[in-house]
Amino acid sequence: MAANTISHFSPFTQEFYQSLFDVADGENIKTCLQCANCSGVCPLGYVMDFPPGRMISWLRAGIFDEVVESDSVWMCVSCYACVEVCPKNIPLTPGLMTRAKEEMLLAGNIPTELQSALEFSQRYGNPLGESPRKRAEWANGLEPEVPIMRKLKRPVDVLWFVGDYPSYHPRVQQTTRAFFKLLNALGIDFGILGPEESSDGDSQRLAGERGLFEVLAEKNGKAFSKYEFGEIITTDPHAYNALKNEYPALGIKYPVRHYTEFLVEHLDGIKALLKGNGEMRVTYHDPCYLGRANSVYDAPRELLEAIPGIELVEMEHNRTTSLCCGGGGGGMWLDGFQWEKSGARLSDWRVKEAADTQADVLAVACPYEPPRFEDAAKTVAGADKLIVKDIIELLADAL
Amino acid sequence: MTNIVVLAKLVPDLVEELEIAESGTALDMEWLRLIINEFDNHATEQAIILKERSGGEVTVIAPEAEGANEMLYTIAAKGADRLIMLKGDFEDGINNHALARAFAGAAKELKPDLVLTGVQANDDLDGSVGPLVAEYLGMSYVGYISGVSVSGETVVARKEYPGGLIAEMEVTLPAVLGIQAGEEPPRYVAISKVRQMMKTATIDEQEVGDLDASGGAMVQRMYVPEAAERAEMLEGDEEEVAARLVEIFKEAGLV
Ligand code: SF4
Ligand code: SF4
Repeated sequence: MAANTISHFSPFTQEFYQSLFDVADGENIKTCLQCANCSGVCPLGYVMDFPPGRMISWLRAGIFDEVVESDSVWMCVSCYACVEVCPKNIPLTPGLMTRAKEEMLLAGNIPTELQSALEFSQRYGNPLGESPRKRAEWANGLEPEVPIMRKLKRPVDVLWFVGDYPSYHPRVQQTTRAFFKLLNALGIDFGILGPEESSDGDSQRLAGERGLFEVLAEKNGKAFSKYEFGEIITTDPHAYNALKNEYPALGIKYPVRHYTEFLVEHLDGIKALLKGNGEMRVTYHDPCYLGRANSVYDAPRELLEAIPGIELVEMEHNRTTSLCCGGGGGGMWLDGFQWEKSGARLSDWRVKEAADTQADVLAVACPYEPPRFEDAAKTVAGADKLIVKDIIELLADAL
Repeated sequence: MTNIVVLAKLVPDLVEELEIAESGTALDMEWLRLIINEFDNHATEQAIILKERSGGEVTVIAPEAEGANEMLYTIAAKGADRLIMLKGDFEDGINNHALARAFAGAAKELKPDLVLTGVQANDDLDGSVGPLVAEYLGMSYVGYISGVSVSGETVVARKEYPGGLIAEMEVTLPAVLGIQAGEEPPRYVAISKVRQMMKTATIDEQEVGDLDASGGAMVQRMYVPEAAERAEMLEGDEEEVAARLVEIFKEAGLV
């Protein structure tokens, strides 16, 4: 096993290398075989100056300054594909790549697009730059009224953490309203935080802004602590990941489930309500932060298979090998930058695979995806008829 | 070594809808969210670029307001050396004449070589701050600047004109420049660095005493633009609409 300290390292490189051990399983980095599986599987590794494997070899040679000078680490979409294939179980996504982005950010080497999303998150508590007071406006005019905890003044079974894109993005708001319909149909006792909710901060953290993540988490923690509820559920795998795996270290500990896990528990009740919505061939895209990062693969498929008339088909890359939509780790706010560097959009590749299955519908379970895949479907040859729907919407349509 | 002073203020953030106070002469401050004036943000960036390139010291002066502390610490984290907050009755009613006198009073003490401020702000009701400050300090002023370099006793400033024209002007120091855009967009500074500054940097609070607003405009009434009822919606199919349009043009003497 390699030593903890390497004498020819500069203090900066030394400190950086050492900090990688702080992440869970971080010390595994010493055992890297240089097999390059990680760099090979990385969807944008071919345009990175330093894909994970190479970054490790340079680090071992004591050279890290070049890594910070190159802006190619901003191509990393934190998709966990490298972690999945690493034979030495090295936490490349949460460790090496995120730490490298943190150093880039501290050095001020950050693309302008990403900068605005971070500034917005800091200022308004959401990366879209919308007014925090309008966080619950998606619920305007809905019947019955959407229960907001501050007004409800009583404990609930379920606190629904709505999230950024589900609250503000016009396309994703449709999914949010469908989920509201579904919860009501199932008679779930729930409430939302409304304007008291802030961004979960996970994608900002993975984009290197750890301090901002902590500020946002503290705000949410404070809001949670005001109310009584049995558990938290969310439609956003990024929020799910933050609440489940990152918030506890900051002392914010609540049971949390992604909506697919939650609904599967109510499968019998759901089945009784489902009438179907015609024959459909459906393929399912595993979101990185539900699949690889949190190993939830079956619940979404069980929900889809419960809908009468749906035939579920798999894409070439599925489950652990699912292809990232390109939105993670700050990718949501780096589309222009990444397209300039690579001339490719990850969502285009995914939509092409979906179209190849001859599916009518590409089903998703993450709020980043409907807008990304719908845009892609407009330009990818053969995908113009592909419909993109969240599983929530397919369920609500079949009620 | 250039002694640079930046004048920065917070202005209403237009992400929230603006409301008018009960007085009917000002915005309702209660619901207002404040943000650094975008042009002042650029002036700050330009000052820090100058310091990084040619040395010098950067002092930022801002009037007290909700969020002014945070703004100053953020600028310090970007590289400013000294922070001054002006304390006084800056609530509603203050105009740029009063603010500029307060700015000038504080800046004079610092004997600046160069004063940078945003060329304009969304709440400028009585002219912009820059030229007023220059007047009160007895310095020359050039506005709409998008790039500055210092050489000895003078600076070369790039001034933007309409129609895509740019002039390079040599300005003798000391001078006040109204910044339209910094050479680079305002940089991002990690929150951890801002938090660090909150612990280590100090804000020098200075009382400004009575504000002198003379010469400025006084607001008599503030209101949302009222819709005039001059529009006539033409109903009917294409033929009818076209015929009616021709009639209207004739009535107006256009055809
Ligand atoms: S997380 Fe994904 S994008 Fe980032 S290095 Fe690993 S494989 Fe590449
Ligand atoms: S896959 Fe793992 S062991 Fe192989 S090069 Fe990458 S980090 Fe090293």
